[in-house]
This record gives sequence, C-alpha cells and structure tokens, in this order.
Amino acid sequence: MAGLIDIRGLGLAYERDGQVTQVLAGLDLTIERGEFVAIVGESGVGKSTLLRVLIDLAKPSAGTVRFHAADRPPETRRLSPMALVFQDSRLLPWRRVLSNVAFGLEWRGIGKAERSRRAQAMLDLVGLGDLGQRWPHQLSGGQRQRVSLARALAVEPDVLLMDEPFSALDSFTRESLQDELLRIRAATGRTVLFVTHDIDEAVYLADRVIVLTGRPAGIGAELRVGLPQPRRRRDAALADVARQLRMELSQRSAEL
Amino acid sequence: MNSVSRTALAAVGLVAFLAGWEALPRLGLLNPVLVPPPSAIPPAFLREITSGVWLTAVLSSLSHYTTGLLVGAGLGILLGIAAGMSAIFDNATAWIVRLVRPIPGLAWVPFAIIWFGVEPAAAVFIISIAVFWIVYFATQGAVRGVDRDLVEVARAFGFRSAGARLIKILLPAATPGIMVGLRTALGQAWMAVVAAEIFGVPGVGQRMMQASSLLSSDIVLVYMLTMAGLYGVIDTGFVAAQNWLLRWRA
Ligand SMILES: Nc1ncnc2c1ncn2[C@@H]1O[C@H](COP(=O)(O)OP(=O)(O)OP(=O)(O)O)[C@@H](O)[C@H]1O
Ligand SMILES: [Mg+2]
Repeated sequence: MAGLIDIRGLGLAYERDGQVTQVLAGLDLTIERGEFVAIVGESGVGKSTLLRVLIDLAKPSAGTVRFHAADRPPETRRLSPMALVFQDSRLLPWRRVLSNVAFGLEWRGIGKAERSRRAQAMLDLVGLGDLGQRWPHQLSGGQRQRVSLARALAVEPDVLLMDEPFSALDSFTRESLQDELLRIRAATGRTVLFVTHDIDEAVYLADRVIVLTGRPAGIGAELRVGLPQPRRRRDAALADVARQLRMELSQRSAEL
Repeated sequence: MNSVSRTALAAVGLVAFLAGWEALPRLGLLNPVLVPPPSAIPPAFLREITSGVWLTAVLSSLSHYTTGLLVGAGLGILLGIAAGMSAIFDNATAWIVRLVRPIPGLAWVPFAIIWFGVEPAAAVFIISIAVFWIVYFATQGAVRGVDRDLVEVARAFGFRSAGARLIKILLPAATPGIMVGLRTALGQAWMAVVAAEIFGVPGVGQRMMQASSLLSSDIVLVYMLTMAGLYGVIDTGFVAAQNWLLRWRA
C-alpha cells in the first residue's frame, strides 16, 4: 500500500539574481497515515523548505510529491488537507483569537455559527477556551503558539505540519506544549510532520526521526523510536535513542 | 507639570491673547475695521445665524467637503491598492504619476471652471484632487509594506486568489497606513474647500470673500472660527473612529 505522502526524487532550487542554490536533491520519503515523523538537521539544511514544498508554498524543481488525501464531505472539500504551524505563531493581529482559529474555515458552505463552534472546540482542545475574545497581542508566546496550533487543527487536516513550533518558548512552556501535542495527537489520530533542531524533543515525540543532511540536502539517516507512548522524559531507553541519533548526525556532518 | 496646572496655564495664555487682541483696537492702536476685537465676533455670529446665511453656507461647504473627500479618497484607495498590488500597474503609471503629481491642486481651478462652471461640481473636483494624491500614496505604501509572512499564512490555508489576498490580509493589514493618509486628507480637504469656494461656488469661502469686499472683517472672522470648529469636530470624530477600528493594536 502506498503511504499517505509519497515523495520521490524531490529537488528544489532557489534562484536569486541569476544565482541558483540547490537546497534539496533526490529526496525520497514515505509518510504513513497516523505517523508522527520528526525531521531534524542543522540550521539552513532545508527543513522549512521541505514543509513549504509539501504545503505548496514553494514549487519543486524536480521529483514528485504524491498525496493521498482522505475523502472529505463536500462542504469541506475546499479546506486545506495540510495545515502548517509556523515557528513564529503568525496570528493575524487584527482578528480576535477565536476569529484567528476560524481563519482556515472561511469558505462558502460553512456558516458563521458553524465556524465559531468549531473554532471554539479547537480553542477548548488547546486549553484556551476562555480567551477567544482577546487580541493576539494580549497573549503570551506560549498561548500564541497554542492558538496557532488550534488554527491548524481547525481545518481537520490530513497532515499537520509543524515548523519548530516550540523552539522560541522557555523550557517549561515547551515541555507542557509537547505533552499537549501528544495528547491531542492521541485524541485525533492526526499524521504529524514535526521539524525541530532539538534531538531530545524529536525522540520524545516521534515514532520516526528523519535526519536531513548534505548540501543539497537529502535524507542522511532514519531512525525508528521503538518506544510506546506515553514516554517518560529522561528515560534511559529514550536517552539511548537520542545518543544514537546524535552519533548519526555527527557522522553525517563529518562525511561532508 | 501635572495636567491641572498645564490646563490652567493654557487657559491663562488664551485669556491673555484675547485680552491683548481686544485692547489693541480699543486703544486706537489698530484700526478696528482691519482688526475687529474679539468682542465683535459674537454679535456678528448671531446676525449670520438669525439671517440663515450661516447655516446655508456651512451646509453647502460641508456637502462639497464630504463629496470631494469621498470621491478623492475612494479613487485614491482604489488606485493605491492597484499600484500596491500590481507591479505592472505601478510601472505603467510611474511616469504619468510623475508628470501629473507635481501640479498644485489650485492649478486645476481654471479647468474646473471650464469643465464644470462655477458650480458645486467644480469645488468637488478641486477638493478631490487635493485628497486623491495623499490617499493614493498612503494606500500604495501601506499595501506594499504588508508583511509577506502574513500573506503566506493566507496562502498556506488555501486562500490564493488576488481577491482573497486583498480581503483577508492586505486590506486589514494596510488599514493603519491608509488611516494616516485619510487623516491628513481630512485637513487638506478643508483648505481646498476655501480655495474652491473663493472663486464663487456658494459656501463658506464665498461668504468670506463677500464679507471681505464689504470690509465686514468681523464676519470673515466668524467663518474662520467656524471652519476651525468644524475641522476640530471632524478630526475628533475621525480619531475616535480610527481608535475603534485599530483597537487590535497594542
Ligand atoms: N527564498 C529563498 N531564496 C533563496 N534561498 C533561500 C530562500 N529561502 C531559504 N533559502 C535557503 O535555503 C536553505 C534552506 O533554508 P531553510 O529555511 O529550509 O532551512 P532550515 O533547515 O529550515 O533552517 P533553520 O533550522 O535555520 O530554520 C538555506 O540555505 C537558505 O539560505
Ligand atoms: Mg526553518
């Protein structure tokens, strides 16, 4: 059976002022439905670029991305089958929190009451049910990131793409949001593609960790975290996986 | 200095100014026909009101003002958006703008009279031109300055048409900048009202010219203060609307 997302021979080059930078090349990756995949790699390797290709913000210069979205009921066909949580929350400052969450639902066929109801349910899910009438500037960084997550979840995407969503937060907030994400993921069964530069975060969250390496980048290593959820932080088995991953990473960089 | 003493000082300053102004013509140091004392203003104001001239003039000026403002600001926002969104439109109009833009608003008076006669439409035309450029440049700059990251959010959620980009992101994000332009235009439009009416279109400006030719300088003063008052009210109203519209800002 083919996966939910099949990426074959993916290449991407940025062109600026006649100068071509090849960022991704020959990248093959299959993501199964319901999987939680973490993508790690050093800064500038092309992690965000890969997510941008998947959500069609950037066009690949080679290869194919095949996506087997689930059939949706007709009134929600126009909703995005993928949703992205940005590193900076990127809420729209002129909308109240609830309206920010409802943003992706604003297509004909979904009435205003229905939009508000679904947005409120998502706000409740991320634990901010009471803050719907606030403006984004009245939120803390962690709350903003929760709202951004709720906005992405509201469109009920087949795949949730997350680009270093917690990296700008303090470690307390980060850990609580990680657990929140795992809880939501267990409840909704969403497929998650999670970019991070934090190896401990990757092995704590993911079923599978992909290492992007090289210039242009491809998949340098891949590691299955064979530990069931819920996991305990600072667990010896988890630390083992992290150590293995760090070794892989330093080896790959040394080879370059 | 606290706010009470600041207010008190401002009041003292104003009273001293009025007292000095009252004293000079009364002491014979200035000709009261050329500089009427402030005490001459209330009776003159009363005469203008009771004769009905004041209300007619003010209403007619306000109608030129609002129509000119609506036309000029409407076109300015529309074309400003086009120039801000479309590089093709912007480039195609670049030299036209350079050519037409430096023409002072009042230089259009001869054409206004040729095209519209000494009619309200001529005043509206002059006012619109004064307003148009301010709003056009404010809008173009504001639209072009919108954070690309926010536009990307709309694209990521599937809103990819130019119309969706405009409604969902560009317009709301550009509103603060457009409002700044509109507020400047509000003041410029008053200047244009006087200028446009001085050549004969009925209104406050025309009434001032009439009074001036009869050497009724007290009546001229009545209308000068009327305009200051109207502008104050309109600007205060605009700022209130602006604060409400931009209440999302920190
Ligand atoms: N619009 C662009 N034009 C040209 N080059 C770009 C553009 N966007 C990104 N790049 C380059 O592509 C490479 C990959 O960028 P990308 O943002 O995907 O990295 P990343 O792995 O997400 O890094 P980080 O961990 O720092 O976020 C970088 O070298 C970057 O300089
Ligand atoms: Mg990145």
